Amino acid sequence: MIGIIGYGGYIPRFRIKVEEIASVWSADAKSIKSGLNIEEKSVPSIDEDTATIAVEAALNALKMAGINPKEIGAIYVGSESHPYAVKPTSTIVGEAIGVGPEYTAADTEFACKAGTAGIQMVMGLIQGGYIKFGLAIGADTSQSKPGDALEYTAAAGGAAYILGKNGVIAEIEGTFSFSSDTPDFWRREGIEYPSHGGRFTGIPAYFKHVVSATQGLMSKLSLKESDFDYVVFHMPNGKFPLNAAKILGIDAEKLKPGLVVQRIGNTYSGSSMLGLAATLDIAKPGQRILVTSYGSGAGSDSFSIKVTDLIEEKRNKTKKIQDYIDDKEYVTYAHYTRLRRGI
Amino acid sequence: MGYESSVPLFWRLIKPRYQLIGNKCTTCGNTFYPPKFLCPICRKEGKLEEIKLGKTGKILTFSIVRSAPTGFEKETPYPVAIIELDDGPRLTSQIVDWKEEDLQIGRKVEACFRRIYTDGKEGIINYGLKFRPI
Repeated sequence: MIGIIGYGGYIPRFRIKVEEIASVWSADAKSIKSGLNIEEKSVPSIDEDTATIAVEAALNALKMAGINPKEIGAIYVGSESHPYAVKPTSTIVGEAIGVGPEYTAADTEFACKAGTAGIQMVMGLIQGGYIKFGLAIGADTSQSKPGDALEYTAAAGGAAYILGKNGVIAEIEGTFSFSSDTPDFWRREGIEYPSHGGRFTGIPAYFKHVVSATQGLMSKLSLKESDFDYVVFHMPNGKFPLNAAKILGIDAEKLKPGLVVQRIGNTYSGSSMLGLAATLDIAKPGQRILVTSYGSGAGSDSFSIKVTDLIEEKRNKTKKIQDYIDDKEYVTYAHYTRLRRGI
Repeated sequence: MGYESSVPLFWRLIKPRYQLIGNKCTTCGNTFYPPKFLCPICRKEGKLEEIKLGKTGKILTFSIVRSAPTGFEKETPYPVAIIELDDGPRLTSQIVDWKEEDLQIGRKVEACFRRIYTDGKEGIINYGLKFRPI
């Protein structure tokens, strides 16, 4: 069976509250907080980027997996904020964690689902017998135009997953994807901040893809909503995943452990992968987790993941997602601007 | 031209800077970081072996930089410390994620992966290890 043999996350320490951002734009913090179901978001330090976040997450995953890094045959880093336009983030990660040089590596891009696409690519290479272990990472330091609605949620963080057939802590029972050319969110080459289609990003984009991929997965594996103990959906804000659950008839309680967006914001490619990590941190052997990512442009990857007995022994080897959420320092908007835009 | 903007120099230092790779002389038992080409104690008699050093250590001394060299101006104020690794060698590094009370001699720290220096808008990004209080 193919599964996760180690996972790890990383969230920068700085946080900014919705109230702090709202006060700069004379906006109503209360209505923004209830509208987005979010309290605060993470902010990367001036010397942190997608590569540094990916490395820290990968080191945590490696610690849990307990394997020799030289046994990793593939590294994929998914992000929409790779530090270079041309030069891979994945080889920076490979060098920093001591993999290789005998490995394949590439960076993936698909808005917020580039990391889960990497998981599928690694699954294929393992299934085909080409590699023993593979590493897939989703990490971002998200961009947002000052004053735009995205500024309240665009955050930084990432999660890394090492997959293999030996030492599995959670089996990946199956995956299903749903994709279409939907212009809901984009950033042209050389442009600093992304643009979005406002309300168009909801029904024809997020909900259509998340719901269709999830239904497709359940139909493919002959599973129903009640077969899952926990559910993680991509979290552009704290409301969308709960609404998707409502459409699918899933109890909102099942989303709670993975709903990290309220405290750290939308970590884009890291979002659903950090939600899964937070859920794996508390799940019991035998429990089943449903994960569906979403990437604008648009597509969703859905996974059914079943936790094994090994999780109890291995997950305490590294820092938990909650540890990162709790370790924080608030910044003012002025400090935030300095960190993000280097003034 | 900024600080250490040479691409070949950055490339040559990737291994020790990314992974804390040092070396150890099997003749005298001393450990070195950054790795030496020749054991400074045993000279010709020394035999050096590559070792991966542990990520933890303690602050031996520190200073807060408020007037920074070119390329580091946006990070001020930032502490630079001499750190003694638990495995022996001493090195100089920036301290990150710090609060005033963390800056104490003897404070335990661990290595973390960060941007060290960015060579302008078009140049290479120098990554490496800095240290954070634990």
